[in-house]
Amino acid sequence: MLRHYLTLAVKVLLRRKFFTFISLFGISFTLLVLMVATAMLDHTFAPMPPETRQDRTLNVVRAAMYGPSDTSVSSAGFELFDRYARDLPGVERLSIYSSVGVVHSYIKGEKIESSLKRTDGEFWQILDFSFIEGGPYSTEDVDQARFVAVINETTRRKFFGTQPAVGKSLEADRQRFRVIGVVEDVSRLRSVPFADIWVPYTTLQSDGYKRGLLGNFNAMALATDRSALPQIRDEFRSRLDRVELPDPKESTTLVAPFETHFESYARDIGGAQKWASEKDPNSQGWKLTLVLSVAAVLFMLLPTVNLINLNMSRIMERASEIGVRKAFGASSQTLVGQFIVENVLLTLVGGLVGLVLSALVLRAISESGLIQYATFELNLRVFGYALAFALLFGLISGVYPAWRMSRLHPVDALRGGAAR
Amino acid sequence: MIRLENIEKVYRTDRIETVALTNINLEVDEGEFISVMGPSGCGKSTLLNLIGLLDVPTEGHVQLDGAPITTYRDRQLAAIRNREIGFVFQTFHLVSDLSVLDNVQIPLLYRRMSNRERRERALEALDRVGLSARVHHFPSQLSGGQQQRVAIARAIVGRPRILLADEPTGNLDSHMGEEIMGLLEDLNRGERTTIVMVTHDQQKAERTARIVRLFDGRQVN
Ligand SMILES: Nc1ncnc2c1ncn2[C@@H]1O[C@H](COP(=O)(O)OP(=O)(O)OP(=O)(O)O)[C@@H](O)[C@H]1O
Ligand SMILES: [Mg+2]
Repeated sequence: MLRHYLTLAVKVLLRRKFFTFISLFGISFTLLVLMVATAMLDHTFAPMPPETRQDRTLNVVRAAMYGPSDTSVSSAGFELFDRYARDLPGVERLSIYSSVGVVHSYIKGEKIESSLKRTDGEFWQILDFSFIEGGPYSTEDVDQARFVAVINETTRRKFFGTQPAVGKSLEADRQRFRVIGVVEDVSRLRSVPFADIWVPYTTLQSDGYKRGLLGNFNAMALATDRSALPQIRDEFRSRLDRVELPDPKESTTLVAPFETHFESYARDIGGAQKWASEKDPNSQGWKLTLVLSVAAVLFMLLPTVNLINLNMSRIMERASEIGVRKAFGASSQTLVGQFIVENVLLTLVGGLVGLVLSALVLRAISESGLIQYATFELNLRVFGYALAFALLFGLISGVYPAWRMSRLHPVDALRGGAAR
Repeated sequence: MIRLENIEKVYRTDRIETVALTNINLEVDEGEFISVMGPSGCGKSTLLNLIGLLDVPTEGHVQLDGAPITTYRDRQLAAIRNREIGFVFQTFHLVSDLSVLDNVQIPLLYRRMSNRERRERALEALDRVGLSARVHHFPSQLSGGQQQRVAIARAIVGRPRILLADEPTGNLDSHMGEEIMGLLEDLNRGERTTIVMVTHDQQKAERTARIVRLFDGRQVN
């Protein structure tokens, strides 16, 4: 039966070439856009090196202090983590690292801009960087405030050309560092690991960073187990609630939640609302999920309606065939099945075309360098999503027309589909 | 076996109401071969559609084997159309995207059987109507008479207990018409198939057990 449907579907689709072309064009384009978007989201959020343990990692990347009249939002200060984030139950490792800052270097009179991140030694233990040369600095290096640096591949090329870099030194904002490791480039969108140059935080010129609840630092906690994540969030939150704030008249509450990468991004949604987001210690992840879902639905709405229309006229053209099948014993259910098989086949072909096109588009975007070090690609996960999208699209756009058609009375169908 | 009670069929379009059948009472016994005659537009096809469960009467009841068909649901109707009834349409209604062989197999698709068996039975039916040489043609490549024979093969391939034939010899030359008439008589005698045949041909009608005459939607006898 299914084979019969499939051969029939192929015949029908080949026969109505113009219709097939129009449908395929619409389907491929729609799925192309969805796949590109999915690949970008995947690249931004899915676990991948160096964030291979992302599923049991939480970060604090934002801190807000607010009171009756004033709100300050920035990153947290080193002190906040040093005093309150250590020894959290369920945490295997804790890393404290700064946000990226831009530093300048001069090579043969040419000015080079790099992103620099100051970290502790644990940073390298939680994240899974792949080293091309050398290795990371240790906690001891950090404690001793050694001027050592890990750089990425692109930075090595800028400073040292094709030569190995380990053992050589480079200058950034008038500090000299000895290169001890070179890692592969990490996309700018992976904001936790991303930088061009990583150095021990103890190399900061003044130790002013050690004081203050707000500042320029982030923390990353690796849980012993996924199930420990809620406990980590809760414990840190209740510790913060007990923190004595420097000026109780100005600020009454401190919010700096441990969150996933996705949840951190979610806090960036919605202009004026943003302040509210920053102050709410609860996860804002649902907002981003909502925005993404609504965008996907809105985007799919028009093509789906179009495809339903096309399918409607395609099916009505074949009303007489439906009448014949009914007259000889096809139930409405069977006919609905037949048309859905046809439509799903069409969308899968469209999906395949869309997949090939999106691979090309993603390559073009990656190569354009629009986003630093981002290499968008189609992996199995994205392919799975694409398949799901195509199936969903095929089902939705096929079901309604098929249902309408299947309700026709046999005589009416035989007469050409004009309903009574 | 087939029983029509006080059947009335009215077609309502935007303005016009056409009374296609009124006050039809008809009983056809198991194994009977009857013919329906009457001038064009008198409601013969409409009557056949009602018996074939392709349409519903405006008033009255259709019964098959004493079962009140009018209350049946889509799935039950489909099963009866599939197992019990074979229909030869006046205008054939072959599926143009399918080959002759695939067209004839349609009723068997909705039954549980192997593809090989479907194919064999379809070939057998095509052989009975003398079309073995045309199985891979498409309907558009056949003459009117050949198309009619495909339609007959499709109606008999499932060995239905009831065969409803709307002018099955209308497009055939006298020789071929004779062959088909012979085939219907064989089915009726050999397999006890109940047959209702619409025809304009008085001679052929007289060969059947009984003639039902319609005039302007009414039974005249
Ligand atoms: N769908 C319809 N809508 C409106 N009127 C219809 C419809 N189908 C049939 N009729 C009308 O019902 C009447 C009976 O039609 P029917 O097709 O049963 O005639 P018939 O006896 O089969 O004629 P013929 O010998 O030409 O095939 C005709 O007057 C026709 O115009
Ligand atoms: Mg007729």
